[in-house]
Amino acid sequence: MTHYSLLTLIGKALGKNRGWTRAWRNAEPKPGYDVVIVGGGGHGLAAAYYLAKEHGVTSVGVIEKGYIGGGNTGRNTTIVRSNYMIDGNTLFYEKSLRLWEDLSHELNFNVMLSQRGQLNLCHSPAQMDAAARRGNIMRMNGIDAELLTRDEVRRKAPVLDFSDHARFPIFGALWQQRAGTARHDAVAWGYARGADRYGVDIVQGCEVKGFLRDRGRVVGVETTRGPIRAKKVGLAVAGHTGHLAAMAGLRLPLETHLLQAFVTEPVKPVLDVVVSFGATHFYVSQDDKGGLVMGSDLDGYNSYGQRGDLPIVEETMADLKALIPLASRLRVVRQWSGTVDMTMDGSPIICKSPIDGLYIDGGWNYGGFKASPAAGWCSAHTIAKDEPHELNSRFTLDRFRRGHQLDEKGMGPTPWAH
Amino acid sequence: MLRIDCPYCGERDHVEYVYAGDAAKRLPDLADSDLDRWTDWVFVRDNVRGEHHEYWQHVHGCRQWLLVVRDTATHEIRSVTPARERALAAGPGEVVNA
Repeated sequence: MTHYSLLTLIGKALGKNRGWTRAWRNAEPKPGYDVVIVGGGGHGLAAAYYLAKEHGVTSVGVIEKGYIGGGNTGRNTTIVRSNYMIDGNTLFYEKSLRLWEDLSHELNFNVMLSQRGQLNLCHSPAQMDAAARRGNIMRMNGIDAELLTRDEVRRKAPVLDFSDHARFPIFGALWQQRAGTARHDAVAWGYARGADRYGVDIVQGCEVKGFLRDRGRVVGVETTRGPIRAKKVGLAVAGHTGHLAAMAGLRLPLETHLLQAFVTEPVKPVLDVVVSFGATHFYVSQDDKGGLVMGSDLDGYNSYGQRGDLPIVEETMADLKALIPLASRLRVVRQWSGTVDMTMDGSPIICKSPIDGLYIDGGWNYGGFKASPAAGWCSAHTIAKDEPHELNSRFTLDRFRRGHQLDEKGMGPTPWAH
Repeated sequence: MLRIDCPYCGERDHVEYVYAGDAAKRLPDLADSDLDRWTDWVFVRDNVRGEHHEYWQHVHGCRQWLLVVRDTATHEIRSVTPARERALAAGPGEVVNA
């Protein structure tokens, strides 16, 4: 395995770049592993990496239906941040952001983390009060947050609508400097390469069709490439958690919905921060190629379709136009849709399932990408130690029964409204 | 765009309707004090991949509640019937959710 550095770059360049080797092995499945992780996205690969690195569990197979990073890891708006307010969420997402900050060094792979900062816009005095409360909670947890006035926001993002006839006048914003964006496929590849270095097998084109059971316990998976036995099986399958859990006879407190994202044609730099609109649900940033990357609400009805519907296209464009008037002249060049697990309180699930040998990392709603490092880290801990780390101790399945929901938005059990 | 064929108004875009979720669930008896059954009713879903029974309300039309059978993988709508037909067909004492 080549260690990437300036020296190897120069050395390979002198050799006309002919000597590069594969970043990771495309492994054949073995008959059995200590741990099988279903799902080769950011979460599953991170879990495999931390299982090997932090817990010494190197007999790990990551089973992926398609190709790694081809699911929701490649279908999001690449925003990373840690501005959460509810106990149980706040420190978890901050752990994730801290892992992000060192991830390129940790993995010896450039994940292109860009801490350009995020503006959470406020459009009324009441929203300013709510932002102050959120900011104070973040600061008391040691997370950076700053309340900005209208003029300060204007200096950071003059492209937003500050005119007298703005549909939603900007009063100010909550600012997190350490938030930003990262390169989505570099995360999958970085963790894959890191895990592979510890001997983890990454098996692509291998779909799980069922679970192997022994007296109730899950003891492996049945796949399109034959049975694979495992002492423990972890699920990290983004929008398909419910579907896979059903194969094990498990019903979950979540529904599968569609979430779309869009990119415009590339233009010169107009926006060098991440912006989330406070008047509607909308978020936008400009990527390194110059396109505006954005997303808004769910399509609003249960679906596994992985293709978006037109009303949300219209809504998202209206949001963009209301926030950045000059964008009305831009063309949208790409649009895609991912299936997301929407839980009954809008917060994730990382825990042992009620079935022995089966572990769940799912229910990520809108927030799976930014959580990738910490979700993998906590998932690895939960699988290796058979108990949650303090950071994911509240992301349980039984929190609903006990009345301990983590409902950041206060929407109640209507998953399509989170 | 989903096109939902309202039995009262005809076929309309789904933006005229409000989605109200899983219709396969049954409200427990209001006198039932079992925590597991209530947890199941409030929070747990079958989350079907395939034929899904769901409620929509035609808020920008006749305002009637409808029972729609739709495939969650293909978005094909198999049937649309008034929800009240199902409520009327329910036996005495049986509570149908809405």
